[in-house]
Amino acid sequence: MSNVVEIRWHGRGGQGAKTAALLLADVAFQTGKYVQGFPEYGPERMGAPITAYNRISDTDIRVHSNIYDPEFVVVVDESLLETVHVTDGLKKDGAIVINTDKPKEEIIPQLHGYEGKVYTIDARKVSIAALGKYFPNTPMLAAIVKVSGVMDRETFMNEMRASFAHKFASKPEVIEGNMKALEMAFDEVK
Amino acid sequence: MATDISKLVETCSWRDLTEGMQIYEGGTSAKFHTGEWTAVKPEFDAEKCVQCLLCVPVCPDSAIPVSDYKRGEFDYDHCKGCGICVNACKPGAIKMKGVNK
Amino acid sequence: MAKRDRLSGNEAVAEALRQINPDVMPAFPITPSTEIPQYFSKYVSDGRVETEFIPVESEHSAMSAAIGAESAGARTVSATSSAGMAYMWEELYLASANRLPICLALVNRALSGPININCDHSDSMGARDAGWIQIYAENNQEAYDNMVQAYRIAEHKDVRLPIMICQDGFITSHAVQNITLLDDEDVKNFVGEYYPEHSLLNPNETMAVGPYSVSNFYMEARRAQAEALHNAKAVVKEVADEFAKISGRQYGWFEEYRMEDAELAIVLIGSAAGTAKDAVDKLREEGKKAGLIKIRMFRPFPAAEIAEALKNVKAVGLMDRTESFNDSCGPIGSEVTTALFRAKKSCETINYVYGLGGRDVRVEDIEKVFADLEDAAANGTTETYRYLGVRE
Repeated sequence: MSNVVEIRWHGRGGQGAKTAALLLADVAFQTGKYVQGFPEYGPERMGAPITAYNRISDTDIRVHSNIYDPEFVVVVDESLLETVHVTDGLKKDGAIVINTDKPKEEIIPQLHGYEGKVYTIDARKVSIAALGKYFPNTPMLAAIVKVSGVMDRETFMNEMRASFAHKFASKPEVIEGNMKALEMAFDEVK
Repeated sequence: MATDISKLVETCSWRDLTEGMQIYEGGTSAKFHTGEWTAVKPEFDAEKCVQCLLCVPVCPDSAIPVSDYKRGEFDYDHCKGCGICVNACKPGAIKMKGVNK
Repeated sequence: MAKRDRLSGNEAVAEALRQINPDVMPAFPITPSTEIPQYFSKYVSDGRVETEFIPVESEHSAMSAAIGAESAGARTVSATSSAGMAYMWEELYLASANRLPICLALVNRALSGPININCDHSDSMGARDAGWIQIYAENNQEAYDNMVQAYRIAEHKDVRLPIMICQDGFITSHAVQNITLLDDEDVKNFVGEYYPEHSLLNPNETMAVGPYSVSNFYMEARRAQAEALHNAKAVVKEVADEFAKISGRQYGWFEEYRMEDAELAIVLIGSAAGTAKDAVDKLREEGKKAGLIKIRMFRPFPAAEIAEALKNVKAVGLMDRTESFNDSCGPIGSEVTTALFRAKKSCETINYVYGLGGRDVRVEDIEKVFADLEDAAANGTTETYRYLGVRE
């Protein structure tokens, strides 16, 4: 049990947090891990706060509960910091990654005294630059992979390229943009 | 395998029933003399009958036999005495009468 | 060669159905089972299966169409959840009484009200006396494996009854997890072709399905149906043993986890069993003799065998993911208690209602149950019907 990495995603309906969690499960599976990726459904509505979860482990995962004491938290939408207690149970030796264009110093006071590491990334800037549209989940996926270290950059990029090739088989033109978003996000998160 | 419905009697064991009470044979209702389920019966007056045969298709129990384009006597084994044929008969050749005719 | 993959429970069931390639699937969408007909209808459109997919206008129609198709001699499947199953209610009983081996992929969801889309077992537990075989899964792998075994059980000549293959809504249906899939060819050979002895489309035989039974026959008809369900018990085991040969995964009527010398045990169904196994391991590390029984086959109910498995236990927690509204116990509570009484086995029992409407079940919750059991074993208890994880 101790070798399980638990990640909790906070997003809003329509931003792709669930998809990102499933993609993370997908790529981690490809590296030989045991994985879980699942959403928690409340009111199903665009814009409503949603939570998604990942467990990544070297051994079989049997627990089916939600995640209360994660190693990592990903906040896909900065506005959630005002309404959702995103750092609940987050381990001190873990980390939180937040999508924001603000400097860390402005964000930290909103984290209810969380003492662990705080990372930020401007996923909007990355997404607009790479894709021309705002899809925050792709940059956030790269950000959490970097922060959590669940796999190295090269492995992640290779697996994501394969995954996108499958997912976007009918519109291959979007693959490069998504790959670029991942690369940029890897560099931008700090 | 056809079902021998003569064995499906009220004294048989549950082991002798067909699966799901299915019946593997057609037209088995002919074997049940449901004509007994009535207190009244139609009576056929061959003298008044013009052989229009309008009574035949309206009979819900197919209890009016026809041969050579002519109807015959009622099949009282299956006629349940509903009286629909009486209504269909314009010449008045069918009348409802008594019991167990 | 088996293939490692990662699929959600719904994807896993749809994949098993693709491999089985049934003749007919009538279905109507309802959360959280919608994805099963959704994925499957894509297989139909892509020509990957030869199944006739019937997009019906309701679940009542779905089960009616399934009854018609199965009577005609077609291997038939449908999928539903919660209110969808409730709307199938009268047809559920017809399917079993007419001895039609339909398979229903049930994704367990709470019945309203209050309206709720999340997991509990109130839908299938409500239908536990409908004459269907019921098989439950802990995770996506078991949902897949159970589906592969379904028709071999249901269509067996001594059984010929419909079967529900159940999994927990969202918790397993929408969670992507590792899974090992069988080869298409292995599944095809295992399941085999369907040649019913009697069917409405048999040109050599006239047949009537569902005739009226007067009081002089109805009771014998029910007795004969009960015999078929009794026969299912041995067949479930036989099929599981054969399945082990192609998969390496052995199933039974229930799974005993660390029960060898267990003094405290819980009995439960579904995904919470996985979580509970971690709790049992934790308690074992602390030197506590904890174990669990996960019921796989709830109908027919393996009463004597469960009582036997519990014979050395001092206290047992009977975990129901449904409220039975009888002010006394839930389905697992009543079945297991009856089994223990008949086996002349006396131990402390506490029946818990838990996990209703998707209420999360944590390792800590199960540890709390074992703490209660430890206390009951030492001091006895009169509080035998409790709620777990409810705000007081």
